[in-house]
Amino acid sequence: MSNAKPRMLTVLDVVTIIILTAATLMVFLYAPTEKTMGAVQRVFYFHVSAGWVGMLGFFFALVAGIIYLRSHNRKWDIMGVSGVEIGLVFMLINIVTGSIWAYPAWNTWWTWDPRLTTATIMELAYAAYLMLRSGLEDPERRARFGAVYAIIAFVSVPLTFFSIRMWNTIHPVIIGSSDPSAAGSFGMTPKMTQTFMFSLLAFSLIFADLFWHRIRLGQLAAEVETRKLELAE
Amino acid sequence: MTDSSIPTSKISEKSSVQPPKREARLGFSTPTSFLRAMLAVVWKDLAAEWRSRELVSAMLVFALLVIFIFNFALELDPQTRASLTSGILWATFTFAGTLGLNRSMAVEKDRGCLDGLLLAPVDRTAIYFGKTLANMVFMLLVAAIVLPIYAILYNVNLWNGGLMLTILLGSWGYVAVGTLLASMAIQARTRDVLLPILLFPVAIPVLVSSVKASQAFLAGAAWPEITPWINLLLVYDVIFTAVAFMVFDYVVEE
Repeated sequence: MSNAKPRMLTVLDVVTIIILTAATLMVFLYAPTEKTMGAVQRVFYFHVSAGWVGMLGFFFALVAGIIYLRSHNRKWDIMGVSGVEIGLVFMLINIVTGSIWAYPAWNTWWTWDPRLTTATIMELAYAAYLMLRSGLEDPERRARFGAVYAIIAFVSVPLTFFSIRMWNTIHPVIIGSSDPSAAGSFGMTPKMTQTFMFSLLAFSLIFADLFWHRIRLGQLAAEVETRKLELAE
Repeated sequence: MTDSSIPTSKISEKSSVQPPKREARLGFSTPTSFLRAMLAVVWKDLAAEWRSRELVSAMLVFALLVIFIFNFALELDPQTRASLTSGILWATFTFAGTLGLNRSMAVEKDRGCLDGLLLAPVDRTAIYFGKTLANMVFMLLVAAIVLPIYAILYNVNLWNGGLMLTILLGSWGYVAVGTLLASMAIQARTRDVLLPILLFPVAIPVLVSSVKASQAFLAGAAWPEITPWINLLLVYDVIFTAVAFMVFDYVVEE
C-alpha cells in the first residue's frame, strides 16, 4: 500500500468543502423563512442530514461487521470502527441541533419523547461499542467482538427510525406521511425541498470524505502496529 | 475457522451427505444430540448452583436491597406506588439479572471451564442455549421469590397471569442477549463494569415493553391496549435469539 494521500481524496476534500459551503449559503439565503417557526426552522436541513449520516455510519458498521465475521479480513474491522465513529459524531450533531430547534418550537431543550430517547440510547449503544473495543487488547478478538456488537446494536437503529410511527410522538414527520398533530410540523415549499436535498447531498459527501480519511488512518495505524511488532522481534 | 463454527442449519443439510461415522464423532448433527448437549449444560449449571447456592442467593439479596433502596429513594406512598410497581419490579430484575449473567459467565472463565466446554464435541450453540436457559431459570427463580415478598411488603396483589407471561417473555429477551454479551464482556479487561454498559442500551426495547405490558396488566387494561407491547416483546425475543444463535460461534472461536 502506498502511503501517499490519493489524488482522488484531495479532489473529494475540495468538492466537499465547496458543496458544504454552498449548502450553508442555501440554507441561510435561498430557503424561505418558515411562517410560524421563523428562522430556527433552518436548523432542520442540517439536523435531518446529520441524522442521515449517523444512520449511514451505523449501517456501514453493520455491513462491515457481517463481512468481517465471514472473511476475518482486518480491513472490514477498520471500516466498521470508522462507520461507528463517524456515526457517533453525526448523531450527536443531530441530537444537539434538534435540541436547538426544540427550545423555541417546543419550549424545552429536551423532552422524553420516544424518538429523542431512542436516538440517545442509540448513541449510548455505540459509545458502548467503543468501550468494548478499548477493553480488548488482542486485535483479532477486538475486531470479532466489535463486529458482533455492531450487529446487535443495529437492532436499536431501525427502532429509532420506526418509533416515530409506532408510538405517539410529538416529533414531526416531514418526509413521508405527515401527522398534523405533531408539534412543529410544516409543509415544504419547492425551494425548501431543493435546499433539503442539497444539504443531504452535502452531508453524504462529508460522510464519504471522512469515511475515506478514517479508513486510511486505520490502515496506517495497522501498518505502524505491524512494523512495531517486526522491530520488536 | 473450525468445523464446529458452521451454523447448525447448514450442518443439518450437510449431515445427509456425510458418512454417519464422522457425524457421530463430532456429535452435533441430530436435533436430539443438540438437545441433549443443551440440557447437559443446563443440568451442570443447576447442579453447581444447587451445591453452592451462591448465584441465586446473591441475586436475591441484591434484588431485595434494590427494592428497599427504591422504597427510601421514592418514598412509596400508596398513590404513587400503584403506577410505579411494574417499573420498580423490572428495574430490580434488570439489576439482579446483570449480576447473575456476569457471574454465570465469569465462573466459566475463571476456572477455565469455558475452554473445557468448548473442547466438548458438541455444537457450540447448544452451549449458548444451555447457558441461556440456566440463566433464565435463575431469573425466574428470583422473580418467583421477589414477587410474593413485594406483594406482602406493599400489600398489592401481583397474582396476575398477564404479569407472569410478561415476566416470562421479558426475561427471555433479556437473558438471550445478556448471555451473549456476558460471554464477550468477561473476556475484556474492564469486565466488571462492561456488561451493564453493553447490555442496557441494547435491552432497553425489551425493558420498555415489559414495563408497559406489566403496568397495563396490573391496571387491568383491555387486551387491545396490551397487544402492541406483547408483540414488540415477542419480536425482540425472536430477534435477539436469532442473532445470538448466529453469532455465538464467533464470540467463542479461538
